[in-house]
Amino acid sequence: MAEAAGAARPEECPGTGSAQAGRAAACQGCPNQGLCAAGAGGPDPAEAAELRARLRAVRHTVLVLSGKGGVGKSTFSAALAHGLAADEDKQVALLDIDICGPSIPKMMGLEGEQVHQSGSGWSPVYVEENLGVMSVGFLLSSPDDAVIWRGPKKNGLIKQFLRDVDWGEIDYLIVDTPPGTSDEHLSIVQYLSATHIDGAVIVTTPQEISLQDVRKEINFCHKVKLPIIGVVENMSGFVCPKCKKESQIFPPTTGGAEKMCQNLNVSLLGKVPLDPQIGKSCDRGQSFLSEAPESPATLSYRSIIQRIQEYCEQRHSQEEKSI
Amino acid sequence: NLLGVRHILLVLSGKGGVGKSTICTELALALRHRGHRVGILDVDLCGPSIPRMLRVQDRAVHQCDSGWVPVFVGQDRGIALMSIGFLLERPDDAVVWRGPKKNALIKQFVTDVAWGDLDFLIVDTPPGTSDEHISTVEALRHSKLLGAILVTTPQ
Repeated sequence: MAEAAGAARPEECPGTGSAQAGRAAACQGCPNQGLCAAGAGGPDPAEAAELRARLRAVRHTVLVLSGKGGVGKSTFSAALAHGLAADEDKQVALLDIDICGPSIPKMMGLEGEQVHQSGSGWSPVYVEENLGVMSVGFLLSSPDDAVIWRGPKKNGLIKQFLRDVDWGEIDYLIVDTPPGTSDEHLSIVQYLSATHIDGAVIVTTPQEISLQDVRKEINFCHKVKLPIIGVVENMSGFVCPKCKKESQIFPPTTGGAEKMCQNLNVSLLGKVPLDPQIGKSCDRGQSFLSEAPESPATLSYRSIIQRIQEYCEQRHSQEEKSI
Repeated sequence: NLLGVRHILLVLSGKGGVGKSTICTELALALRHRGHRVGILDVDLCGPSIPRMLRVQDRAVHQCDSGWVPVFVGQDRGIALMSIGFLLERPDDAVVWRGPKKNALIKQFVTDVAWGDLDFLIVDTPPGTSDEHISTVEALRHSKLLGAILVTTPQ
């Protein structure tokens, strides 16, 4: 087997993201020892303290992940944000750390908005009084500008988003991520280790080509000890508005998310059918939940959002009991 | 190792899930059908889809004197494929690498694979404009980079 890839990892590898990365006894002789020990990983103690202070007033944090691109992470993140913010007593924040392909500004109807600085830091852009958004999209002079950055620079911006944005007191911080298991994902988990992440919602579509990548993402979560709230299966069937017949546009040839969740012992939060109105709402920057309240997709989203809320509240009360 | 390759095509998007890997696979099969010698280089390290699309996900790669031997696909074994998918111990293993480690492997994939003589080398990329893209273009700088095909969906 080839040398350069994971096959070269030592048996007792502490994990490239751990504090012991590059420094544990098992790291001796590993070709990546230098890289890991160089602290290409998490925040140093001073930074961690700074992040902890800034994020102290965040009650719940949910990461929205996939492994696969184009399955509906940003779409779901936007719906989750709108859904949670429907309760005007809740303060919701949506952080978009997809540096190369930030979809959230457009989906939230905030294209062209700029970030303002104040004495207390960067101000998020508000969609509603209780729903604030931050994305690299707000920092670009033109929406077509490509952000062609290597990992370290992306990590730097993500850290700034957490450290320099004046989020205020938030009930829910939702973090939308790019596809993959790389710099952005490692960094957000490491930077947020200074505070607390309730868990990850993992998004997929029914096809094996997506599930293949999503299984990797589930393994990533296990590796970095990130709890998994559950899996959402998007694009799960299509009901024709004319004849009402249901078709599988992306057939679940290997059992879809349901089978995968059974096999890997994770929760299936719900299945969301394809609705062309979803794509239209995203393109127009409108809340799909408000635009199509009767759609089966909306009903699915609402049920999933409810389950996420229950999970977060339950964890919170469990932690309070254990203090 | 790229001296015998006549044309190189990069398949890009910015967006994920639009069909880059699908197009790469279909393009390779179509070119092969026309009698061309074809190779696919899959530089999507976090989500390598090509092995499964060509039903070779269970194969492994071997080394020879001039580098790694690609996996040959198809009844006539007429498509050469290299992907990180072949290097994983288990198919569900996550490749949780930061940029520098990804860059090192991409360089190896470009310079250390014994492609032989090919009419077309198609390079499948992950979504985005980051490490993988920069490294691939840099490593191919001195070769015959024919051009890029960009894939999108209507939205």
